[in-house]
Order: sequence, then C-alpha cells, then structure tokens
Amino acid sequence: MNILKLIESFTNEGVVQSLSVKSSRRDSFTQFGKVGTGAALAAIPFISLFTTNKASAAAAMFSPETEVAALKLALTLEYLEKEFYLTALNSTGLIPSADQAIIAQISQHETAHVAFLQTALAANAQAKPEFDFTVGGAFDPFNNYDEFLILAQAFEDTGVRAYKGQAGNLKSNGDLLTAALQIHSVEARHASQIRRLRGLKGWIVGNQRGAGMPEATQAVYNGEENTIHGGVNISTFMASSGNPAFGAGSYTEAFDEPMDRPTAEAIAGLFY
Amino acid sequence: MKKTKVTVTELGTQKAGLASRRSFLRVTGLTLAGTGLLLAGCNNDDDSSSGPSGELPGVRNGVFDLGGGDAGILTYAYALEQLEADFYTRVVNSNSFGTTFNAEERQVLSDLYAHEVLHREFFKVAIGAALEGTNGELLPNLEFNYPGVNFGNRDSVLGTAKALEDTGVKAYNGAGRYIENPEYLVIAGKIVSVEARHASAIASLISPGTAAFAPNDLIDSNGLEKAEKPSVIIPQVAALNFIQTAFTAAYLD
Repeated sequence: MNILKLIESFTNEGVVQSLSVKSSRRDSFTQFGKVGTGAALAAIPFISLFTTNKASAAAAMFSPETEVAALKLALTLEYLEKEFYLTALNSTGLIPSADQAIIAQISQHETAHVAFLQTALAANAQAKPEFDFTVGGAFDPFNNYDEFLILAQAFEDTGVRAYKGQAGNLKSNGDLLTAALQIHSVEARHASQIRRLRGLKGWIVGNQRGAGMPEATQAVYNGEENTIHGGVNISTFMASSGNPAFGAGSYTEAFDEPMDRPTAEAIAGLFY
Repeated sequence: MKKTKVTVTELGTQKAGLASRRSFLRVTGLTLAGTGLLLAGCNNDDDSSSGPSGELPGVRNGVFDLGGGDAGILTYAYALEQLEADFYTRVVNSNSFGTTFNAEERQVLSDLYAHEVLHREFFKVAIGAALEGTNGELLPNLEFNYPGVNFGNRDSVLGTAKALEDTGVKAYNGAGRYIENPEYLVIAGKIVSVEARHASAIASLISPGTAAFAPNDLIDSNGLEKAEKPSVIIPQVAALNFIQTAFTAAYLD
C-alpha cells in the first residue's frame, strides 16, 4: 500500500476533506486546489456514487462522519499503544533482554500506525491525549513487567476488536478499508505474541480474559463467547454434522468478535 | 459497480490434460458485479434475480469456477480454508505427531487444526444456505497432496504452516474490499484476525524471541501487513502444488 495513493483516493472521494463542514469558502478553495482533477469528484455528494446498485443500500448506512469517527478511534488506540511501548522501552530494566526484540518490533508498528492515521486524517486528526497508564495508581506497568504485559494484552486484544468493529464503516472506500484491515492483522499478530509471552494461547477462549488478567480488563473480552456468525451457529451444526468433536473452547477461539466504538472508547478512556 | 475482469486463472493442473487445460483459457470481458450476488438476497423474490447469475460459483465447461461478487469471494475463502483444514488434519493424524513436536507445538497445531476445520465447515454451511434457490453450486471437496512436505519433520511442517497462514492473512486482507455485504465483511474480519494470531504463533515457534511473529518482509514501514487480491493469491497457492482439483477464478479480480 502506497500511502500517497491512499491519501489521494481518500481526498478524491471527498471523504475527509468534505467533512470539514464548517470550512470557510477560502478553505474550500484550498482543498480543491490540492486535489486538482479530483475536485469534480469531490463535489459529488458521497452517497450518490452508490445509487446504481443494491450495494447503495448498505453504503448509505454509513456517513462520512462515521468514517472519520472510525479513524479517530483508531488514532486514539494507536496513540495509546505508541506511548505505552515507547515508555516501556525507555524504562531501564523493565523489559527482559529475551523479549526486547519483540517489544521493539511492536513499538515500531504502533509508531508507524500513528503517523499513517495522522496523515490519513489530516486536519481531522485529534491531538494526543495525556495518558496515565497507572490508572490513578492501580497499575505500575513501567516498573513491573507482568503488569506491563497485562496492559499490553488488553490493548492489543482491544485493538483487534475495535478495528474489526469499524471495518463496515470504512467499506465505502476500498483503499481505506484495506489499510484498516492491514493494521488489524498486525494488531492480531501482536496480540497473539503478547498472550503467548504471558503463557496463554494466542487466541481468545470464550470470554475468558485469561490467567493473571485483573477483573478490570473483563470488558475487553465480553462478547467473545459468541458462536453465531451470519445466522450460523457453529457449535450446533458441528455437533450434528459428523465432524470431529473439538473442545468447547475451539468454537469461540476460531472466530474473533468485533467491538463497537463506544465500548472501545470507554476502554481507552480509562487511560486518559 | 462495474469491474473489468481479465483474469484467467487455473489451479491444480495435475488432473487436467492439455485438452482440458485449453478449456480453462477463457477470456471474459466486461462483466457487471453487483446486485445479483448479494447472496442473502438471491432468492427469486426481488430484483436481485436479475443479476448476472452466470457469475455464481459452479461448473462451467466441465471445470468449477469460483464465481464473482460476494459468492465468489466467499467461495474463494472456502477453497483456502479447505486447504488449511486438510493440511492440519494430516499434521495431527501423522503417526509421528507425538514425537515430532513438543507439547507446546502439539497444542498449537491441534488448535489450528480445530480452528481451520471450523472455518471450512462454517463456509460450507453458510455458502450452501446462501446458494439455496439459486443456480449456484457449492464448491466440492477439493483434493490435496503435499509433495515436498515431510509430515515427520518439524521444520517442514512449521514452515508449510507459516506459508499457509501468511497467505491466508494477505488473502483476506486483500479480499475485504470486494465484499459488498457488510455482514460478510465482519465475518471475514472475525476469521482473518484468527489467521493472523495463528501466523504469529507459528512464526514464534520457529523463531522465538525475535521479530518473526510480525516480520518486516510482511509488514511495511507504515505498519501495514500485505494485502493481495485473488488473482495474485491463487497463482501463489497453485505454485505450492498442494491443490489437486482444477478450478478457475475467471470472475474474481
């Protein structure tokens, strides 16, 4: 994915730029000057691009405001993760040498995600909040590695669910949706690795937060016990289909669940 | 939505002689993808039946074609899940499974076996139900063989698992934009993150304590993992020589 290409298509379709509803006339001219030949497209109301087929029914459910809100949620989560890992890497003696390469790799990705989303949101990007990773003194993640990993697991598993929950809100812009999916899978790789460092499976079993995770993190896992996808109850038909019997946990491990924006915002909001 | 379809793809040529190979070479010009392929709306009760039913999955000229639109993308995913499920089924049923792998590896591989079979069976039921009342067909059970894979060798199995999981992730990442129905998009999202969790776990078994779980050859400087469209993925999978049943994907980008 070429970021310039993404931003270009983003701008051409008027997704972000046209959102600055309050923009002055002068601002409008500036926008159109920037997009050049895309200006004509940018002037077309977003929804009208989708009126020719049945997909418009689905597309019409999503407004550009929702799209920017989705990206802003993503940026909040990435700000959180970026600062969390950078602070940890700068905390002398916190990270065992055996795990240094892992944490450094994750940190590199989160830093890149922040930059990517800031560029995509442009003027719509919000400022970084002031974070308190101790949550008023309840955690001590930069002096206690176990607590660092606990929060890392919570952040990564939340990130996977939050991006998944926003995919539908981005589907009107294929490049943007693809970029979100490309971040989503990276967060899932991180989540699996952090969970495994903690001695857990890389995948989520039922709605279990896992050994050692404090009750305060349960909101991250509520709903993961779902076994019905697109109207198909996976545990029911497997039980009756002559397929091999799997442990009950498998049915929920095999499918990650989305999380809605208010829930993800509430989880992130605990830290600022 | 108008799409230009120029991709002609074939898979698994071992069972296809030269004559039948020729029948795969089908040139498709402009086709319309859209209304008829919202699977959930494919009953004959509304205008969706006016869609190009010719793009639904099914046998054409003696070879199964994955079809186009949502039906095609889901059938494509079903084919990939069939491969993963079959691979891990052979891994865990190998006579040397208990001696080739340590306890942690056996747990991971057994979980992956269960997950991939569940994905396969989910698609089988979900696609089958969605195609009821249409002239589309469910992709049959594909046949597989694994030349070059030594199921009694740890590195061979884990290396193959890594290739399959990494491929699965970039395939789903690339397919998302082609899915029209938001519900199907979420379902693909539910599966791809599990595939990414798998890929991470397998890589960390191969190279623990390193950046291999999320490596730079798969994730670019923007922190974005690879995403590839079907016409890129299918030849890559075909080159593994694991899939023995021929099929085409003439209506996927």
